[in-house]
This record gives sequence, C-alpha cells and structure tokens, in this order.
Amino acid sequence: MIDLDAHPQRIRVGEEPILMMEHIDKSFPGVQALSAVEMNLYRGEVHGLLGENGAGKSTLMKILSGAYRQDSGTITLNGEPVEIQNPLEAQRLGIVTIYQEFTLVPSLTVAENVFMGREPGGRGLLDWSAIQRQTETLMWRLDIDLKPMTLVRNLSVAEQQMVEIARALSIQSQIIIMDEPTSALSEHETQRLLQIIRELTAQGISIIFITHHLEEALEICDRVTVLRDGRNVGTEPINRLSTERLIRMMVGRSASELFQRRSQHRFGDVALSVGNLNHTPDTRDPNAITLQNISFAVRRGEILGLAGLIGAGRTEIARAIFGADEVDSMDLEINGEPVTIRSPRDAIRLGLGLVPEDRKQQALFLALAVRANLSIASLSRLLRFGEFVNRPAENELIEEYRRKLSIRMATPEQRVSNLSGGNQQKVVIARWLALQPQVLIVDEPTRGIDVAAKAEVHQLLDELANQGIAVIMISSELPEILSISDRILTLRQGRITGEFLRAQASEELLMQHMALDEAVSAQVRM
Amino acid sequence: MDQASRTPPPTESAKPKPSERRFNLPDFLARFAPLIFLVLLAIIFGLLQPRFWLPLNLWNVMRQVSITGLLAIGMTFVILTAGIDLSVGSLLAFAGLVCADLYKGGEFILQHTGINLGFLEGSVLAAALSAVLIGVLGGLLQGSAVTRMRVPPFVVTLGGLSAFRGAALFFSNGGPISGFDEAFNFWGQGRVINNEVPVPVIIFLGAALVAHIVLRYTRYGRHVYAVGGNEEAARLSGLNTGRIKLSVYVIVGFMAGLGGFVLASRLNSAEAVAGVSYELTVIAAVVIGGTSLFGGEGGVLGTVVGAVLVGVLTNGLVLMNVSSYIQQIIIGVIIVVAVWFDQFIKSRRTA
Repeated sequence: MIDLDAHPQRIRVGEEPILMMEHIDKSFPGVQALSAVEMNLYRGEVHGLLGENGAGKSTLMKILSGAYRQDSGTITLNGEPVEIQNPLEAQRLGIVTIYQEFTLVPSLTVAENVFMGREPGGRGLLDWSAIQRQTETLMWRLDIDLKPMTLVRNLSVAEQQMVEIARALSIQSQIIIMDEPTSALSEHETQRLLQIIRELTAQGISIIFITHHLEEALEICDRVTVLRDGRNVGTEPINRLSTERLIRMMVGRSASELFQRRSQHRFGDVALSVGNLNHTPDTRDPNAITLQNISFAVRRGEILGLAGLIGAGRTEIARAIFGADEVDSMDLEINGEPVTIRSPRDAIRLGLGLVPEDRKQQALFLALAVRANLSIASLSRLLRFGEFVNRPAENELIEEYRRKLSIRMATPEQRVSNLSGGNQQKVVIARWLALQPQVLIVDEPTRGIDVAAKAEVHQLLDELANQGIAVIMISSELPEILSISDRILTLRQGRITGEFLRAQASEELLMQHMALDEAVSAQVRM
Repeated sequence: MDQASRTPPPTESAKPKPSERRFNLPDFLARFAPLIFLVLLAIIFGLLQPRFWLPLNLWNVMRQVSITGLLAIGMTFVILTAGIDLSVGSLLAFAGLVCADLYKGGEFILQHTGINLGFLEGSVLAAALSAVLIGVLGGLLQGSAVTRMRVPPFVVTLGGLSAFRGAALFFSNGGPISGFDEAFNFWGQGRVINNEVPVPVIIFLGAALVAHIVLRYTRYGRHVYAVGGNEEAARLSGLNTGRIKLSVYVIVGFMAGLGGFVLASRLNSAEAVAGVSYELTVIAAVVIGGTSLFGGEGGVLGTVVGAVLVGVLTNGLVLMNVSSYIQQIIIGVIIVVAVWFDQFIKSRRTA
C-alpha cells in the first residue's frame, strides 16, 4: 500500500496500521463535507493532513475525536472496528486533540490543568503531592522545564501548548491530533515543538499533524494526506513530495460553479492608501498576530483581493483600517488626504464600510427585525420631527435594497435570525450600501452561504466596483479571489508576500506565496 | 452544484413562510404572555374576593404600583443594554430627602454645603427639579464608572446601593423630613378626573408612554436595543456604545429622583430608609414583563404589565388575608414561574 522503504525508522515492514478510517462520508445541510475519505496511521508515525481552508481536514478530525459522527464509513483502531460516539469515548480510546484555541483554565496551575477531571486521590480530596509528582514526571519525559505549580495564565502560548501535550501524555494517548500547532509559535518554539514530536513518536505515539506550513510538513511528517473539497487527493510518503507537488495537490478546484466576471472595471484615483501598518500584540494571546510594515493602496472601481491562510493577518488588517482594533502604527490616506481613524465611527464618517468575518457575532442583531438590522448605521439620514425614525423613508430604503440585492424575506418585521445565511449576509451588505461608502471592506463575504447566494454576492461586488466603489475583499477561497479581484495581495504571517494582477495570478502562484517562506518561494518557480 | 446560473432560483429557505403572516398561537402567546398571566390572576382574585374588582381598590393598586413602576421604566432601559441597577431604592431615598429639605428651606443643604437656598422654600418646581437633578447626577456617576472604568454594572450599582443610602442617612442625620403643605402633597396624594384617579398613576403612565415612544420610534431607542442585542455589532455599525450605555444609567437615575419626590409627597415625609429593597421589586417587574436580562429584547409595555402584576398579586393576597410572610413566599415563586413561562413560550416559538 505504501512504499515502506521510505520510513526505515518509524514504520516497520509488515506492521498493520493502528488506525484505519475507510470510506468516510459526512454531509451538513447543503454541503457534502467529506466523500469517501480514506486515511490510515501507523504506530509512531507523524502523518500530515493538508488542504486549503474548507477542504475537510477539521471535519475529518472532528469525526475521529468524537465531535461529529460520520454518515457512513468505518474506523478501525488496533484492528477492532470502533464507534466513537463522543469526545470522552475518543479520549478513552487514547485519541486526543490539541486545538488551536487551548482548552486550559488560566486561573489554575499547570498540574491542575494536566490532571483536570482525573485528579489522583479518591474520596473527594486532592492528593496534591501525587499531582505534583506525576506532573514532574511528565515534564521530565517531555524534557520540558515547567514548574507544576505555575499558573497557566502566566505561560506563553508555546508553554501552554506543552501543558496540553503533557495532558495528552498523562491519559496514555496513542494518537495525538495537532491542529495548526505552530501557527502562534516563533521559529525557535516551533523547532522545540518538532523536537518534542520526535520524542513522542520514539515512545510509540502517533501524531496527526494538520498544518498550512508546507516546509514544516516536509520536515516532520513521514507521510502526508492531502484533501481537496472533501475528497482524497492522495497519500504520499514524504520522500516523494516537494513543496511544488504539495501545492499542486492542494489547489485546483472546479471553477464551474463560480460567478464568472465579464465586466472590465475602470479604475479611478486612489481611494484608500495604507502605509506603515505595524502591530506587535501581547505574547500570551494564542490568537495574536504580528503585522509588519503593511502598505498598499486601492483605487476607485477596483476590487483588491487579500489572500492568505488562517493566521496571515488579513482580518487584523481590515479591523485596523476600520478603527475596530488599536495598532502600534498606521498611516492612512483617503482620496489623498491623510486621516486618522480611531473608531468605527471615524471610519464610517470618512466613507468606509466593513462587512465583518463573523456575521452572527460581529454584524447581526439576531433578536431584532430585518428593519432594525438594515437601517441601524444610516438612521441619521432617516429622521423626521427631530429624533424620530422616518418610517416611510425607512420602508423605502428597505424596499430599495430588497429589490437591488434580491433579499428574500416575508416582511421587514421578520426576525433576521429566521433568514437564510445568504439573505442575512445581504442584509449586512445592504446596511453598508445604504451609507453609500467610498471604500467597502468585505471579510469572507460568502462564508457559510449557499452556492446560488454566493454567485449573487459576487455579482454584487462586481457591480459596486463598476459604480466606482473601491472594494477590498478578504477570502480564504482562492477561486473566489481569482474570479473577483482585479489585483491580489498575498499575506503570510503578518507580511505582504506578493502582489499580482488578476491575469498573472494562478492558484499555484498564490498558494506558493501564502504558504512558503520567502527564501523558499524564491527558489520555487513553477 | 453543477449549474453556473447567473440569476439563481430562490432557495427553499428564502421563500416567505405562510405561517409568518397568519395568526399563530405560540407567537401570540409569546408576545402577550405577561398580560395573559395578569388577566388570569385578576380573574382568580376577583372570583375569590369580589372586593378586588371595586374601582377604589383597583386605583389603589395602581397607586401602590406607581413608584416602583417609575423605577421599573428606567430599569427597563438599563436591562435592555444588558446592564442592571441595584441602587435605585437608595438613590430614591437620597433624592427624596434633598427635595424635601429644599422645599422646607434648605436647612441641611446649608449645613453641608454652605449654600443658602432658602429663597426656594415652598417652590414645588424647584423641589421636584432638585430630586431629579440628584438622580441624574447619581446616574452619571455610576454610568461613568461602568463605561469609563469598565467596572461591571452589578458591582458599580451594588456600591451605589450602599453609598447612596449612606449619603441619605448622612444628609439628614438619619432622621425624616416631614410635614408639607397641600401644594407639595398633591403630587403624591391628589386625585384627578372625578376625584378618582391618583396623580402618581398619571405620572407613572405618562412616563411609561414617553418611554415607550422613545424606545419604539426614535433613533435613540433603536440604538439601545442594538447595544443590548450585540454590542460589538453596534460598535462596528458606528454607534457610540459608551455614550448609549452611560445614558441609560442617567435615565434610571432620573426616574429614581422623580420617584423620590412623588414618594415624599405621598407619605408627607422623606426618610433615609425609604425605598429599601425596591431594587428587587423593580427588577422583578421588568423581568416578569418579558425583558431579557441578557439585553436587546423586551420593552416598556411589558414592564408596565409586570409592575401591575406584582401589585395585583400583593393586593389580592392582602384582601384574602394571607399572612405577609406567606405573601413573600408566593411572590418569590410567582416571579420564577412567570419568567419560566415566558422563556418556555419563547423557546417554543423559535424552535
């Protein structure tokens, strides 16, 4: 099945895989997330799981860790078929996941976190000395210098990750799933983590390693499985792979379902220019992203695509421009005039709009009607008798955007939470269009909406550009970026790594700049 | 999936559902749950004790409700933004004492501040304004602590609960200020319209009407719901969330001041121990009225119903000679049941 000569050290000839996932299917309403996915894992192996955002990596791992049930397909562990009903069951079977967002309790000590829920010493009392001793042993096994009684809140992200790994070891795991473990780590910390992974495999533990960083995958993994659109592209031993080959396996989605732009945008003057955008966040925040010297401009009538993997800093840039988050430094010009934006209020006054990444958390008032959701930002233009909302004018506005954006709703009084995802997104976009912005930033504008609504949103963005609005679009979907944008910036770890005109760009080229170090990407020329 | 249609057909979920246009029972119940509860209660009390339905009794219930009702109107604004104000009773007592003192010549004001306001003696307008001013200042203080210092509202107003009570006791050396003339007492004891409707009831219902209009029909009202419904979304929509949150504490302070004036007038006496534990009755009224403690949902009409419901319950139990100890138990249980009923109905609707 695999080329065993490639792994003389870790995978022994004739050995059976400890884990086999066969023919796994999983669908969600409207989406086939996984189709007939296969994956197997040997004892002591580091198995890379790669693919674009949305390729199905997380879904597959959630099935393995008991968070989801597969619709069909079998999982065999140590030769026995298993039904993994829930996360506790997975843990009992020795399968542990270390997520990007840690599950530690910051106000407790390292030792307490390691033994959370399984504290030694029965009869309701904690055996503190046993907890400490056992934690020290674990730390020694991992060769980590962490005191058991340190509070987790005082640890760096890398150290917190070590605590998670110690916890996984303490429950006798045989399989540890690591989801993007290096995304928040420095180069040095990453090397340290890779070292620990090698030690774990030497102790017979198998690792499933989800990553976006191709060099890392090539450095640490024995084999790599690539998923695309919920299907297997292939599983290959590492000595047959290269970064070029991996990129080619990851990209290449069928573009038939996408909106195909026909119009040629006419560009005007520079509407917004950003310079010298720098930010160094608190190191204890696991999601913190450092922005380094971000500079770019967008013209009227232009759609600028920002492409990058998770953690590249795209959303952070959008929020900084819009005044939603404070940054260390940023120079902004609107229509050539230097401006300062300290809050979203300032941004709106200067003609900016932001359709945020997370519709439900950041944009919608779910308990309120479509009416209130759509007009909330533009009420100051809809007043009469002083402070009263001008209902007829408001109705006209709602009707105008219902028609223009084909928002499908029963009445404006309908709760926005009862609309489909696509219609909710249109309400959010309409909220900004009602303000007639000069620059509209859209962050993942088609996330979680169906294919038909997606095409409508794409068409709408195209029309906005035709009307002379400068559009900045952030998207994790490369086909979307490629079909809509006039110009594309690639980002990696808080830096701009490339700039491409639409005609020059391809998925391979973008992925290369999103996923590889500059030094490496300079060598790779496809 | 396989068609690249440029004008896609409407999706299933997007079609207007017929059920959303026609009458549907869960929706109706969800909107009027507190009112239905109130009517049922009134019918039960009326059957058990016919005196309950006498106009005189009903107006008395409304008069008893009017002070806590005023506070509950202000509290509704605060709770709509997902805040809380525990200090209303204490602030009411403090404001009541200041206005009573001013009306009687400003003796304590002179003693504490050295400012002689004796020329305002006997001015009902000045007295009422002074009560409202104290309330507004108290609200500004607490609102600033919530928005600028970012102390949770529960903690800020728990501090206020103690501090304003202390201020009231300190202001009058712990004693009452009592004995006003007809002009002052009219606002708490007077009756209008056939000498039947108590003045405090008019003030309460008038304030409720204004509050309802503000919340439903003005820009500010929309902003209050938005901040309570999703503060981050409100901020990203350009709302000045800090100022909106500050304003609701000013509004509840205003109501506490007004309540302090009306209560002093009704009792012909302002006391430092007035309004003790009013915060519980007031929060109960708002919550029974269907306003969510998580913010963004509810309104003043529900609060009026909630306040009247608590009043009716107390009155009915008194008429039935239920001991005041047992009354407290029953009221406590009813609060929980009413809110459970409201949530149950609402969850059925969204399911």
